[in-house]
Amino acid sequence: MNHLSEEQLILHYYGEEDDALPAERHLDECEACRALYGSLQRALNVVDSLPVPEPGAEYGEQVWKRIEHRLPARRDVRWGWALPAPWRWAAAGAAFAALLVAAFLAGRFYPHARQSVQLAADTQAGERILLVAVGDYLERSQMVLIELANARSPGSLDISSEQERTVDLISENRLYRQTAAHTGDAAVAGVLDELERVLLDIAHAPSRLSPAELEKLRQRLEAEGILFKIRVLGSNVRHQEGPTL
Amino acid sequence: MEPTDLAIVARARLGDADAFRALVERHSRPLFRLAFRMTGNQQDAEDVVQESFLRAWRQLGRFDERASFGTWLYRIATNCSLDLMRGRKRRPAVSDEEDPVLALPSGDPTPERVAMSGQVRERVAEAMDELSDSERTAFVLRHFEGMGMEDVGRVLGCQPGAAKHSVFRAVRKLRRALEPLASGAR
Repeated sequence: MNHLSEEQLILHYYGEEDDALPAERHLDECEACRALYGSLQRALNVVDSLPVPEPGAEYGEQVWKRIEHRLPARRDVRWGWALPAPWRWAAAGAAFAALLVAAFLAGRFYPHARQSVQLAADTQAGERILLVAVGDYLERSQMVLIELANARSPGSLDISSEQERTVDLISENRLYRQTAAHTGDAAVAGVLDELERVLLDIAHAPSRLSPAELEKLRQRLEAEGILFKIRVLGSNVRHQEGPTL
Repeated sequence: MEPTDLAIVARARLGDADAFRALVERHSRPLFRLAFRMTGNQQDAEDVVQESFLRAWRQLGRFDERASFGTWLYRIATNCSLDLMRGRKRRPAVSDEEDPVLALPSGDPTPERVAMSGQVRERVAEAMDELSDSERTAFVLRHFEGMGMEDVGRVLGCQPGAAKHSVFRAVRKLRRALEPLASGAR
């Protein structure tokens, strides 16, 4: 007698087979398969034992109220949130600003590319470098914020090293925010603006934070959802980067 | 008769925010359940729901009208959930006061029951965390949402056969991780 495979048992559990009868007959006769099937059912019952909070009937309305004011006009959909149209970067005279940043970053992060003077004339390459750099920048910002959000200390906490990193991040943030503002990418500029304000507050805070101050910062990060916004933006930027240079 | 999703989407694409509101009100609750299953945390799930709709609004122009709007939205929400979960520590799913296991009507919360519920919650969360992105998504969609393999494949952006194998791997991993707990609970 051929035993049922675990895959067949899983299909049987979900009722995905073309014909359930053969498996049922086999389970009636075969103790080993019955034991395995029982093990599978028990494990999935454990997963099922944790119920999901059920939102009320008004939940959809609540969601709408929270997002309504954040919806950009449909015609304003931009590169940060939808597929990028390369010409947008060149539009409105913004290519120059973008390439300035690209050249700055090429020098900073890609020393091997210094000799490529023609890079500055290559708009597409510039856009990609910019996207890579923005993705990298968002990741580093996120790391600083996550470290602070997860920091635990019984007494006061020294955040001077995070503050040093924050100061560097603020300079970069300004470049990217201005570029996004020049190209009319209001959504991206908005997130970067929010991020900049958080970074400025961290940079100008005392170098030692009491547990209460740390908790206040943590609550602010959560309340503003800035980490989530950075992650979503970072994810979209990475999606647009295309192949690595 | 209520208008179909596609009819409402067509209006929303033209910038009609009221049409989009109808979609939000129609799909928020199922999307919350999906997001909670993906993230294991109520606050995260609420964040995911909001961000999913914002992303959907911005990407409406890319929605293929031949597809189901609900499936498309699920795809956005699963990506949003995965974005949220990556690179961050998992928050406790719930506080002890609102522990859904303790809330089950099966007797007083004895110390043993409190300990057991915490253990179950942690083990299930750990087991789910061990799944890859595609395994977790496929499992949540198949097991909790009751989606067929074809729809699971559409959300994952893969063939139904590949979706099926993701479900197989997920269930196999969960069975092995939870079997000791499940046996103890018999």
